[in-house]
Amino acid sequence: MASDQDFSLLLTALAPFLAAFVAPLVVRFVGRYAGWVLGIVPAAIFIYLAGLTGFVSDVRPLAAAYPWADGFEFSFYLDGLSLVFGLLISGIGTFIVIYSGGYLAGHPHLGRFMSFILMFMGSMMGLVMSDSVITLFVFWELTSITSFLLIGFDHARQASRRAAMQALVITGGGGLALLAGLILLGYTAGSWNVSDMLNAPGLFEGDAAGLYLPILLLVLAGAFTKSAQVPFHFWLPNAMEAPTPVSAYLHSATMVKAGVYLLARLHPVLGDTVEWNTILPVFGGVTLLTGSILALRQTDMKQMLAYTTMGSLGMLVMLIGVGTEAAMLGAILFLIAHSFYKGGLFMIVGTLDHETGTRDITRLSGLFSKMPVSGVSAILAAVAMAGFLFTVGFYGKEEIYKIITSGNPMDVLVVLVAIVGNALMLVVGVAIAVKPFFGPAIETPLSPHEGPPSLIVGSLILGILGIGGGLMVVEFGDYFAIPAAQAMLGETIEGHLHSLLDFAYLNWALLTLSAITWGLGLFVFFFLDQTRALLRRVAEVWRWGPDQGFDQAMFGLLRGSARVTHFLHHGRLELYLILIFVLLAAATIGPLYGPPILADLAAFFTGTESQALYPLMWFGLSELTFYEWAIILIALLGLLAVVIGRTRLVAIVSLGIQGFAVALIFMLFGAPDLSFTQFMVETLSVVILALVMTRLHLDQRDSRVLEEVVRDGGIAVLAGLGMTMAILSVLSHPLDLRLSEFFEQTSVAVAHGHNIVNVILVDYRALDTLGEISVVMTAGIAILALIRIRTGGPKLGIGVPKKAGTGGSSRKSASARKSASTRSKSRAKSGKATA
Amino acid sequence: MAETAGYNIDLPPAMIEGATAIADWTLVWPVALPLFGAAVLLMARKHPHVQAPLALAVIAAVIASCVTLMLRIADTGPVAMTMGNWLPPFGISFTADMLSALFAVTSSVLALVVLLFAQSEIEPREVRYGFHQFLLLLLAGINGSFLTGDLFNLYVWFEVMLIASFGLLVIGGRRIQLDGAVKYGFLNFIGTTIFLMAVGLLYGTLGTLNMADIAVNASRADPTTLTAIAALFLLGFGIKAAAFPVNAWLPASYHTPDPAVSALFAGLLTKVGVYALIRVLVALLPAMRIELDMVIAILAIGTLLLAPLGALAETNLRRALGFIVIGGIGAMFAGIAMSVTTSSGNALAGEGGGIGGAAVYAVHSMMTMTAFYLTAGLVERMTGTTDTRYMGGLYGANAPVSILFIVLAFSASGLPPFLGFWPKLTLVRAGLDAAEYWLVAALLVNAFLTTIACARLWSHIFWRNGREADQTEQPNDRLKPLSARALRWGLAPTIVLVLAIVGLGLWPSALIEYGRLAGVGITAPDAYIEAVGLAGGAQ
Repeated sequence: MASDQDFSLLLTALAPFLAAFVAPLVVRFVGRYAGWVLGIVPAAIFIYLAGLTGFVSDVRPLAAAYPWADGFEFSFYLDGLSLVFGLLISGIGTFIVIYSGGYLAGHPHLGRFMSFILMFMGSMMGLVMSDSVITLFVFWELTSITSFLLIGFDHARQASRRAAMQALVITGGGGLALLAGLILLGYTAGSWNVSDMLNAPGLFEGDAAGLYLPILLLVLAGAFTKSAQVPFHFWLPNAMEAPTPVSAYLHSATMVKAGVYLLARLHPVLGDTVEWNTILPVFGGVTLLTGSILALRQTDMKQMLAYTTMGSLGMLVMLIGVGTEAAMLGAILFLIAHSFYKGGLFMIVGTLDHETGTRDITRLSGLFSKMPVSGVSAILAAVAMAGFLFTVGFYGKEEIYKIITSGNPMDVLVVLVAIVGNALMLVVGVAIAVKPFFGPAIETPLSPHEGPPSLIVGSLILGILGIGGGLMVVEFGDYFAIPAAQAMLGETIEGHLHSLLDFAYLNWALLTLSAITWGLGLFVFFFLDQTRALLRRVAEVWRWGPDQGFDQAMFGLLRGSARVTHFLHHGRLELYLILIFVLLAAATIGPLYGPPILADLAAFFTGTESQALYPLMWFGLSELTFYEWAIILIALLGLLAVVIGRTRLVAIVSLGIQGFAVALIFMLFGAPDLSFTQFMVETLSVVILALVMTRLHLDQRDSRVLEEVVRDGGIAVLAGLGMTMAILSVLSHPLDLRLSEFFEQTSVAVAHGHNIVNVILVDYRALDTLGEISVVMTAGIAILALIRIRTGGPKLGIGVPKKAGTGGSSRKSASARKSASTRSKSRAKSGKATA
Repeated sequence: MAETAGYNIDLPPAMIEGATAIADWTLVWPVALPLFGAAVLLMARKHPHVQAPLALAVIAAVIASCVTLMLRIADTGPVAMTMGNWLPPFGISFTADMLSALFAVTSSVLALVVLLFAQSEIEPREVRYGFHQFLLLLLAGINGSFLTGDLFNLYVWFEVMLIASFGLLVIGGRRIQLDGAVKYGFLNFIGTTIFLMAVGLLYGTLGTLNMADIAVNASRADPTTLTAIAALFLLGFGIKAAAFPVNAWLPASYHTPDPAVSALFAGLLTKVGVYALIRVLVALLPAMRIELDMVIAILAIGTLLLAPLGALAETNLRRALGFIVIGGIGAMFAGIAMSVTTSSGNALAGEGGGIGGAAVYAVHSMMTMTAFYLTAGLVERMTGTTDTRYMGGLYGANAPVSILFIVLAFSASGLPPFLGFWPKLTLVRAGLDAAEYWLVAALLVNAFLTTIACARLWSHIFWRNGREADQTEQPNDRLKPLSARALRWGLAPTIVLVLAIVGLGLWPSALIEYGRLAGVGITAPDAYIEAVGLAGGAQ
């Protein structure tokens, strides 16, 4: 296949995005027909993919790759599994887009909605076509993002917002785990491409064996959250807050199957291990039972369908976990059948809701005469869902039950769970097909009538496909199911699907299991009301579930965040300063004395002689002359006066004493320039500080209590000690005088200056001087600004809360300004400095 | 040359022979132009209407110069130029490698965007009291910090930057700004002072201030002393970068000035701290970085995990964004902590390692957070409040701002295909390759919490119709449409910036390649040393 084929392959994922950009325009121009117009895009993709069917199933996978970034490729790969998913996504997507146009006709945000749903479609196409795990991940997260936007589409309702957040948190969290898992997997395989991983047998033998379990768990975290497995299932029923087309498409037919897709895709790489064959069936089985039982409790038909979707996802995970040929074939048939009937049923429920104003199953009855097409579609879907004879679902079910033939106790258990699950889901399907349409007609909020073509065409065709696929099961299997199952299995499947009419292959034992399923299902159906009542009573007692847990966790997170943030960002400047000085002491004392102290401690506990070497502490003290001692004494006296000085003014002056002593030391060591500068600085500091003190009307006295004095003093001593030790440590090694020597040699000769300090300032390091001059200039402007702009009120509404503000209108009524500033004050209180 | 023959006898080689190539001047224009531009604007302070156009022209020239420099470095490696033609290490060398140039380009472009945005909200008196001068001086300080090859000179540019930012912070003169400025000023001055003390100690130890020279000579010094000095650098730069636990100044001050100013601060200032830390600890004192590895990792994890909690708890929009800025600093610290840890040698692991990831993350954080603050400014202007509890209803009211916000929210959270995803991917890759599982876990948890925080902001400001509690269903009647001035100068530049973010997210290969070059240049600074002319060890 040539490169234009490659590009077309990329276009399957990119075209919906391009369509998404123009969708709002399309909606603006063609209005209520937007669904029909935009539906052309997925329809075209579907036709393109359908044309590739024979090629992919018979010849080989298609691939397309473009370099993306840093060793990653934007690479696509189309094999049987991707093809089935691609066809489902584009095919059902076509009906969904058409349906949305009718369902949300006249909605002010229809353009946005179409954009989102097309973007989602592109993401989903990209996800199932990706070869590179990074490309896959990008699309994976994109489905989470678009799902977030779609669930929250009805944004004014708190329930929608909560459901959107919940879905994002759960699937997003899982996605992050998946990212780590995929990167590790790539490292192990030596390639980012799934196609390479599939061709690399024995990936986890030898060194990489230890990585298997972490990778598996990380990937499962991603797949289980996306595909709503217990205990991450709760977001899915809540996601039903979204408009019905979204529920039908994302949260039933496609997105939630992304996790299943990932597991199916990676089964040849990660599967066939004890961990895989245990974890997946257990989680899948529990999810299947939970979903199908909880579905019976609901009266809202969307909720019923949501829980059965969850149950179906459990079934799929369970089957992939079993991982045999029959299980894989059963899984893919079940998956296809499920997408058909569940997508159809959601659309029917949406239509009922749209036309009657309710979707409560107990409030709808006898609508068949009013809505015949929907009724027929519902019956077709229910028949498929029940897996009655000649449907795709039937053949899927037969394959699933074939697992029991291995005789392995685990497999027997799997089949038993599958029978119970199937039976209970059948109840829901039949209930939705029968209860609203048959029986006596009752009053509904809106007077019911059949929906417009856009609302009924999709479910009808999907219903027909569910039966038609079953009638042509051999071809259906050869073209779609078996190539897909081979991709999932990683090896060639010898067996073929046989039509029910092909009596030679009829297996009466399996048929019996099907019959048991139907019997059990119909039995429960006749006692549906009683079952529901029972389950509701249980629910009244057993209130807590992960859904409530999520709320508690979120509130806990918010409350904890507030507490932690308040603790760390208390707004008290002096405590921030204390922290910094403590760290300053630690930064100097730690590296210098940490290692020997630790070594000493270790020696003490092991009872050995300590070998630790402490860096010098008092070196050179003996070399001091008496006048040097005298100056140090003066400095210390000054410091003592600072500490015990009663008023701040005394402390400031005493600080000057210490500074003058230091200047004297500079003088003694032959640095008159430095000394002179120091004298100037000290004098000015004392004068300015004293001036500020008198002008600012600060407290004359230090108001610290004894504990604070001890604390601050201790930190000051430690920080000072640390710096002293650091300086001594530096001085204990000979100073490298390269620069000084160079300056001495070149100052006169090259730079023509006799005062080296001056030459350094204006020549060797003139740039520093330029920078410092700029600092002085900037400080000047800043001070000018600070002095002149003293009375700034709230400006333009920015920075402080107030009524409203735009660029030009700063004139506000006095009262508005007043209330605004009061509010800002109260808000600023928490962050107010006490210094 | 020398007048007295006696001095010539043992005169060492002092000057670089020959004039500096014209092409090398691109290295100083990014600093010199805004510096002199600011001086010119100061002289022209009586003419408010020329301030903005002149500043615009200067910044445009700076961008051109920075881009030329970056392309040249990508082509031929680091560039150096020594002031006054003194032979290194005796004069002050400007030295730029890919990390410097990449950051300088990003900063200059963002300064331009912010300059444009500022025109939508600036008051005449702010122009009169030097807004544009401060802006140019700030840019000079930032670019100087990125491009200098001298440690003390770096300190000087830090000071320029600090005082200019202080000016921008107080220029509005509002009470809340002064409170923020006090905390910002105190803590940053202390951080800068600690940096200065460390510079002094390092000079005492190595006898040089030239960065390349330090890199050459560092292995000779006493490691214990040098570790203490490195710890001081870590503390000083940690304060500048707003790393946990010394980041209190950032949420206390960044929301107080005008949105344009806070956008500039959020985008650029902390990254200068990160840059300096990478330069000093990884390129100059690599052995000391390994000593401090554990500490940096702890700081990174603390920052990564605690910062998004602030974003969750905070109800002031721009304060909340401040915490997201800090979270990004944690990610960059994580990159520093994993920078030279022995890689498994896996062919798939990126070559740039943690530093490459940190560099790309910094570029992302600069762009995304600047745009986020600008968008927040628009949101505040439309809702008339800074408190997210009283915002609401913008989803229906303004589609462009909604799109900007959601794109930035997901970019900040690091979700693909937006820009934030790529540095996160690079960091996670580098971390997994180096078996730094704790750092990787912290990175992922940070992304998770940031996603929640950003989605909550989106949900409250845009989706929710009204204010908090019982009035959520009532439409927000206080919304004001954006004025024509706000549309032209506020919304338009923001849209352009966000388009750039989206574009870089979809086609990240050039950026990631530059990040890789930056990472390689930092972890193996041979070319950097050679560019200064010090190859082969100290003289």
